[in-house]
Amino acid sequence: MKSLKKRYLRDNLMKVFLVGNTIVVLTPLIIILLYVFIQGIGAINIDLFTQELGSPSRAMTGRPTGLVHTIIGTFVVDILALIIAVPFGLGAGIMLSEYPDNKLNPIMRVMNDTLNGMPAVLKGLLAWALVVKPMGSFSGLSGGVALAFVMLPIIARSTESSLMNIPWSIREAGLAIGLPRWRVIMSIVIPASKSGLATGLLIAFARAAGEAAPLMFTSFGNNYKSSTLIGWIMGPVDTLPQRLYSLAISPYAQWHQLGWAAGILLLSFVILSFIIVRIVIREKNY
Amino acid sequence: MEQNYTKEHATKELLTKNRSILYRSFGDRLFSYSVFGLGITVILCTVLMALVLYGDGAEAIKKFGFFGFLTGRVWDPGITMEFGAYPFILGTLITSLAALAISFIPAISVAIFTAEYSPRWLSSIIDNLVNLIAAVPSVIIGLWGIFIFAPWMRDTFYTHIYMWFLDHYPTMLPIVGNPIGYGMTTAILILAMMIIPYTTVITVDAVKKVPKEQREAAYALGATKWEVIRMAVLPYARGGILAGVMLSFGRAIGETMAVAMLIGNRNNLPFSILGPASTMPSVIVNEFREAVENIHLSSIIAVGFYLFIISLIVNLIAAYIQRKFSLTGARTI
Amino acid sequence: MKLVTKFIVLALMLTVLFGANLQAQRRVELLGAGASFPAPLMTAMADEYRDITNRRVTINYQSIGSGGGIRQFSEQTIMFGMTEAFLSDEVMRNIERNTGGKAFNLPITLADVVVTYNIPNIEKGLIFDGPLLADIFLGKITRWNDRRISALNPGVRLPRLPLQVVHRSDGSGTTNLWTSYLSKVSKEWETNVGFATSVNWPTGVGANGNEGVAGIVASTPGAIGYNSFSYALLNDMSYGYLKNSSDNIIPPSFDATSAAANIELPEDTRILFTDTPNPIGYPAAGFAWMLCYENMEQNNSINSKQQAEELIRFIIWAINEGQQLSEQLGYAKLPTAAVERSNAMIRQMKWRGEPIGRNILDNE
Repeated sequence: MKSLKKRYLRDNLMKVFLVGNTIVVLTPLIIILLYVFIQGIGAINIDLFTQELGSPSRAMTGRPTGLVHTIIGTFVVDILALIIAVPFGLGAGIMLSEYPDNKLNPIMRVMNDTLNGMPAVLKGLLAWALVVKPMGSFSGLSGGVALAFVMLPIIARSTESSLMNIPWSIREAGLAIGLPRWRVIMSIVIPASKSGLATGLLIAFARAAGEAAPLMFTSFGNNYKSSTLIGWIMGPVDTLPQRLYSLAISPYAQWHQLGWAAGILLLSFVILSFIIVRIVIREKNY
Repeated sequence: MEQNYTKEHATKELLTKNRSILYRSFGDRLFSYSVFGLGITVILCTVLMALVLYGDGAEAIKKFGFFGFLTGRVWDPGITMEFGAYPFILGTLITSLAALAISFIPAISVAIFTAEYSPRWLSSIIDNLVNLIAAVPSVIIGLWGIFIFAPWMRDTFYTHIYMWFLDHYPTMLPIVGNPIGYGMTTAILILAMMIIPYTTVITVDAVKKVPKEQREAAYALGATKWEVIRMAVLPYARGGILAGVMLSFGRAIGETMAVAMLIGNRNNLPFSILGPASTMPSVIVNEFREAVENIHLSSIIAVGFYLFIISLIVNLIAAYIQRKFSLTGARTI
Repeated sequence: MKLVTKFIVLALMLTVLFGANLQAQRRVELLGAGASFPAPLMTAMADEYRDITNRRVTINYQSIGSGGGIRQFSEQTIMFGMTEAFLSDEVMRNIERNTGGKAFNLPITLADVVVTYNIPNIEKGLIFDGPLLADIFLGKITRWNDRRISALNPGVRLPRLPLQVVHRSDGSGTTNLWTSYLSKVSKEWETNVGFATSVNWPTGVGANGNEGVAGIVASTPGAIGYNSFSYALLNDMSYGYLKNSSDNIIPPSFDATSAAANIELPEDTRILFTDTPNPIGYPAAGFAWMLCYENMEQNNSINSKQQAEELIRFIIWAINEGQQLSEQLGYAKLPTAAVERSNAMIRQMKWRGEPIGRNILDNE
């Protein structure tokens, strides 16, 4: 055994090492957040929410440009994705938590985790092959399908874990008074865990809202609002992350500014949903 | 649907109006079948992805051979139309492994610090911050990387390193590579930054799962805090840590936008330390919309197919570790 | 389940709310994509044309590179493509077989590629010749104070900076034009690299799009890249002058570009005139083409005759009035010979056999 002094010294050294490491790790992470906010705040103005992007010469000659079509497009594509993903994700979650004897469940959990871990760019390729190619055009719908692949495993996972949080005794109580199983699930288990479910949907939504890679060859991009209602779904649509990418790699200083503005919009949205999720989780104490 | 179903309520309902077919075993069967039908798509999606990627990449895989494509070192959409995925596989593995190596100790340190050392208020701040960073979209990290990080690294380090080698060991220059700012090292550092939160979150989970008794027993033997961590906590949590590392590795492999924005996109070997390189996801994003020839497009999708296989292996290993050590949660972030 | 309904309702509300400007029956949206070089011009034309037509016709042009333009055009996911590399004979044949009609390459504007560089304290006007550029892009010259560069630029104090080649990572007509120039001036380039929309680069960093190259060059001291002239002008980048085949030093200009194009044009305008024999012509210039089908109904992404007609009207506007926008954005105007060739091709455009191109040209 080493001397006590040495052991205490070592203990303190490790403490310093850990604290040092923590600071080294957290500093750049904080810097990223601060930078986006500092750079982005200056780029926020009313035009951003009312004007369309148009051509680069619009920005360079100081005419008003904005990202209104991008903001709308992001919501359209993401909500489409949610509508597509929710039934399947809920189904998978219910299957995993309410039918634990099912033989497929272990495979399904592994597959779900695998799908969740798959690079989003591959989900974009899949949506391109399944929707864009047969439909013959880039569309908001195909973007929605691509993002649905991103959301699906997240929703399935969170549905499973929030349904699991409902004690079995409650289900048994329902069954004991003669309710069929489906009625127990739909009217007792799901309502009881609805805040957990909503949290899961929000997490999925926020995660998908930040994905750019799968949208590059599905929703494609657009410099204007769609001129028809159906165009938002069947035609090419702009989305924040993908527009952010093309603004960032453009050579125009004015577009870089817009890029930071898009960054702050996206980041605010992510942070907002993050805070909501945290509050719900703390209240529920999962 | 929100009214409370008291026993009275339900019994009454059952005895009076709801005697429809749905309330017999048919209803349950219908429900379970539809739930299974919906749920099974999770499996279908994964299988479908493999099929589609293989189907669309088949032309390239057939032409160059399964292993020929894997080991092909040339990516030439210009003259020879010869394609091989080796540079991208190499680029992916180098960047992800290096990022993993760099991020491992810091990430574990943060986890141990939050779980064992820091006061509760600080833990919760760090915990929130780390989770938040894990949720920041990768394009935003890329945006910061392009405008702030890469130029700063170039001016502060790369140019000086390059000039130093130019003066002292000019023969080493091909290994050092062009100090352009957009290249392998930048991508590795950004990747490391991006995967630290994942590793940390899962490690914190694993460390917190270690039973109190384990620690108390060690303290009772007179161990210092660090000795407790090293001898009682870390060995117990190693499964969780390992799973966290595997998952972070999976993230690093699939990370697309930030890498595509920062790695410099060089499609052929040899890569250099500071110079540009390419990864499997980055080449897909960069060239997918632009390929003219069928064989080029098919090759890009084939790269996607190999990416799928690598991801699948990594994720299966992670899933296996997770099951073995019965860890849950933390994956939904 | 209530949740789902809520979301559906929310989605519908959002779409209705924002799409409320719904007298949209007559509104037309034309989707085009391709070369990034003409993107500033195309999007500016789109802005202008939208104003002229009172927001009735919207042209959504996405810059995805010439390779992408050709690919998506043959996949029929876009209504028109744009490219700086004309369709190869093979692609032309395939299209003729699949659609029963020709594919047209309509010159929309002139492309000229300039060497852009970023050397502290040195403005535009460094002089390069073909063989030197080929060697730079072959990776044979690694420092700015190389003897061969200073030999061409007596009196310029070149710093000892590492020379960093930046090239396109995507399929690109600018690359096609640039590598075709390098192939014509260097045997070694021709045999080892060749020319195409994307090639196996011997050295350098790849960047996505004209934007990407300009972006990296602008931010990296010591970088050298190639960009279209307009990008260099718009972004205030330093660009070099080229020695042409008659040993004249030619600063890039609209006149020099037009002079290079001042040659006998074939009927389908598919010609490369890099390293032009014209003594006052700029050696790295070429056309940027718009791609259209002869039988427009064959294009899956064009759904109605109205769309086809609006597309033709836009093309006619773009090669005539639209050219007014060119020079202020850094593009040379089309020579009249090219406009005539385009008109001849527009005349042949049909919708289910109906010669809508000719009708529009003659009646409006």
